[in-house]
Formats: sequence, structure tokens, C-alpha cells
Amino acid sequence: MSSATTQADREYPATRGLHLFAVFTAGATFLLIVAGALVTSRDAGLSVPDWPLSYGRLMPEMIGGVFYEHGHRMIAAFVGFLTIILAVWTWRADQRRWVRHLGWSALAAVIAQGLLGGLTVLFLLPTAVSVSHACLAQLFFSITVVLGLVTSRTWCEQGRRLAAPWPPSRPSLPVLCVTTNFVTFGQLLLGAALRHKGLGIIFHLIGAAAVAAMVFWVLARVAREHSGDAGIFSWALALNGLVMLQLLLGAGAYWIREVTRHAVQPLWPMVVITVGHVALGALILALGVVLTFQVHHRFGRQTSSSFEPEGVPATT
Amino acid sequence: MRFSRSVSGWMMAGLLVFSLACGGGEDAGEVADAPEMEEAVVTVDPAKAATITGKVKLEGDPPRMPTINMSAEPDCRGLHEAAPPAEVVVAPDGMLQNVFVWVKSGLEGKFAVSDTPAMLDQKGCIYSPHVLAVQTGQMLKISNSDPTTHNVHPLPKTNREWNRSQPAEGSDIEYKFPRQEIMIAVKCNIHPWMRSYISVVNHPFFAVSGADGSFEIKGLPAGSYTVEAVHERFGSQEMSVTLGDAESKDIEFSYNAS
Repeated sequence: MSSATTQADREYPATRGLHLFAVFTAGATFLLIVAGALVTSRDAGLSVPDWPLSYGRLMPEMIGGVFYEHGHRMIAAFVGFLTIILAVWTWRADQRRWVRHLGWSALAAVIAQGLLGGLTVLFLLPTAVSVSHACLAQLFFSITVVLGLVTSRTWCEQGRRLAAPWPPSRPSLPVLCVTTNFVTFGQLLLGAALRHKGLGIIFHLIGAAAVAAMVFWVLARVAREHSGDAGIFSWALALNGLVMLQLLLGAGAYWIREVTRHAVQPLWPMVVITVGHVALGALILALGVVLTFQVHHRFGRQTSSSFEPEGVPATT
Repeated sequence: MRFSRSVSGWMMAGLLVFSLACGGGEDAGEVADAPEMEEAVVTVDPAKAATITGKVKLEGDPPRMPTINMSAEPDCRGLHEAAPPAEVVVAPDGMLQNVFVWVKSGLEGKFAVSDTPAMLDQKGCIYSPHVLAVQTGQMLKISNSDPTTHNVHPLPKTNREWNRSQPAEGSDIEYKFPRQEIMIAVKCNIHPWMRSYISVVNHPFFAVSGADGSFEIKGLPAGSYTVEAVHERFGSQEMSVTLGDAESKDIEFSYNAS
């Protein structure tokens, strides 16, 4: 092993194996969100009346709605297992305290998520529990994505290479990004409340306008002040693209719900569009969080405030 | 990193606040029979009992009903190659089936609850009958004649919601609804096309229109009543009817398909 490699490895606070595993966990979590959305769209949430077992067994007959509900439970168990490994592995292999805490946060979130899933079945889909289950899923997905991001070698090397002065504009880009994430999460909450019949469409429409405005504001700010930073600009551009696509999917989901409201059973076009809308919502939140971390990674170290990852030597 | 921790903390707190704000309202109590009232049971002299007969008609072209796709359930697919849903069933002469008709108001006093259980069967992954009515406190027996598992899941607003699995040809589910409630949807989440409606009424004066759109409500005391017809798709209509002793009146409800 060359001395250069040794130096690089010493400055890489995670391991490549941990990074790949975190990315795999994030991918499995996205699949879990799709499976969960399928359960709701197929109206199969109560096809298995008991929990944690399914019809008193680990493996019931996978007929009709049971396929979706029990399939969701199986993927959830798998993701839970992955998250345990991820948390322990991060704790053992990553030198940064905050990343290790993030690993444990992921584990706490997946446990809470499993309990919420069980409660929503046992209490016949109460809106508050179902909405919390839906929103925590999005949050958990974002945590796994961030773990995948911050354990990458690129992230660690970028942090040293791209450090920049804190932007002078008010609100600053980092603050704007954090605010956008809160607005996006609020919109996911409103969407889940609409989907689980807790709120009307009007709140979700207002939320959609707010998210669109915020992501455009972020893009405008990046284009004006950081257009030379291809990393941030491409993330901001992608975020805007996804939000535009999401607006179209949202309109499509509303339209198809209306035209199929007398359908005798969930029709596949409706299922595909609504599941796509949920999945894209998860991706938008995750992408917004990734952009936020990228932005803070560049500018955070110029302040004493907070974003300094322990274990990574700052180079200025 | 304080930043990431504070972000996750705020999000968790938001979820908790939302849960608390929206929580509550679930009736988690055990199912109870209707509270016994100390009111005398009204008996109607058979010689004076009045009758309402009638028909329900659908004007215009009935909506085209798609066939049910039972591919998700091989045990039932063979029984119904192209089963239509029972939502809108119209006879060739335009008479509408599965309309719940009841005396909505005008009755006074308490009426005896029928000893005969009402029956709801699951056969070929379809509920039979599609629309059913029972009295509050009357026994409802739900059977499963299919070689597959169903879950029975009524979605009431004022009664308690419940969800029970019923294995293939398993024992009957027995239940008494304690409160009056019209057109409670009942569904099976395993087979999402399965849906029926149960109306729970405080008295025995109700009927469901048959294949020829006809209905009959008999044994009524003389009086002035509001009679309501309720269809799952076309909504409700009301009609005032005044009956004398032993009188029989024929009425007709008419829905518009458009």
C-alpha cells in the first residue's frame, strides 16, 4: 500500500463497504415506500387484520390484498434488519460522532415506523396514525439517503476541496434550503392527510404552490450566486425538475381518482399514478435534504455554528 | 452534527404534534347491545296493519358497469368469468334493484326486534345480498361459503368499526349493531371489489327493492310517514305517505341516471 493511499484512507472517516451498504439500504427503503403506497392505493391496508403476525402466521397465503399488505411487511422486516446492521456498522466504522448518531436515528425511526404500522392495522387505520406512518417513512428514507451521501469518499473529499465563504445574501442559501425541506415535509404531511381522508385537497394545493415557490427560489439563488458550482446547481436543477414532474403527477392523481371514483375495484392506471406521486414525493424530500447537506458542506465550515463534522480535518 | 440532529428532532416533534392534534375519536370499546329502554313495545293489530308497496325506477340509460377482475383470486375467478358489480342493477323495463326503502320518520314507540337472524353470505367472492337491512339489536350472521379467506370490514360512522378475518368455510360471524345507521358499507380488503351495504334501523319497517324494482313494507300502524329510498350510487329520495287503518298505498320512486 502506497503512502498516498494510506493518507487518503486515513482522511476517509467511513469505509467504502459502509457507503455501499447505506446506499443499498436507501434503495431498499425506497422500494418499501413504493410497497407501502401500493397497500394504500390497492386499499389492502386491512386485508391482514392482525399484527405482528399475519393470520397468526409468519407466511399467510398471498392472495388478493394479502399479497400487498404482507409483502409490505416482509420488505419492512428486511429494511429493519438492514437498518440494524447499518446502525451498528456506522457506529463501529465511522469516525464522526454525528454520523454515528444519524445511524442510531435511522434505527429509532425504523422501529417507530414498525410500531406505527402495527398500530394503524390494529386500530383500523386511524387518520393520525396512518399519516404519521406515511410521513415517518419519508423521513426515514431521507435519513438513509443522507447516510449514503455522507459516507461516500466524494463527500469527504469535496468538503475539504470546496469550502467557501458563507453567502452574504439574506436569507442565505443554507437557510433557504433548510426552510424548503420543512415546507416539503409539511406538504408531504398534507398529502398524506389527503390520502388518508384527514384533510381536503385545498391544503395540499396550497402546499404544492409553496413547495414549487421555494424550490424555484433556491434555484434562482443558486443560479445568481453559485452558478459556477456545478454540484449545487445540478442538484437544484434536478430538484426543480422533480417538483415540476410531481405537479403533473399530482394533477394526474387527482384526475384519475375523480374519473374512477365509481370503479368497483382499484384500477391499475390509478394505482400506478398515485403510487408514483407518493414515491416522487419521497425522492423530492430526499433530494432537497441532499442539496441542503451539500450546501452546508460547502458553506457551513465558515461559521462556528454547527455543521463541522467531527473527525474530518478542515482544510482552508 | 447539531444541524442534522435538530432537523430530525423538529420533524419528529412535528409528527407527534400532528398525531396528538388529529388523534382521538376512536371508539375502542367492546360491542354492546342497544341500551334497553323502559319503553313499552308497540304492537300493531294485524287487522289494522297498513302496507306500503311500490317500485323504484331508473330513468335514462343506466351507467355501463365494468366486469369485475377477479384474477387476484383463482378460487373465485372460475365461478364468475365476467361478473358485473351489483352497484347498478336494472331490469329491462328500467326497474332498479338494491334500493333500501324505509320509514324514516313518523313512527313512535319501540318495536319488537325480530328473532330471525339476518344473513349475509360471501359466495364466489361476492356478498349476497348486496344490500341488507337489520333492526338495531337484531342478530346478523355472516357466513363464508367460499374456499378462500375473507375479511369482513364494516365502515360505519356512528356504530363501531371492526374488521374480522373469516377463513374458508369457517364459522359464522355473529354481530348486533347497537345504533341506527343507514347504508353502512361493508368491504373485504383482500378482494377489493367486494362491497355490500347494511342498514340498521330502530324499527322493522324497511325493505330492499328486488330484481323487478318492487318493495313492500307491511304491518305499519296508521299514521303519516316520511318514506325514504336510498341507493348507493343515486342517493336518497323522500316521500310523504299517510295511511289509515288496514290501508295499502302504492308509491313509486324514480331516479335519473344522468
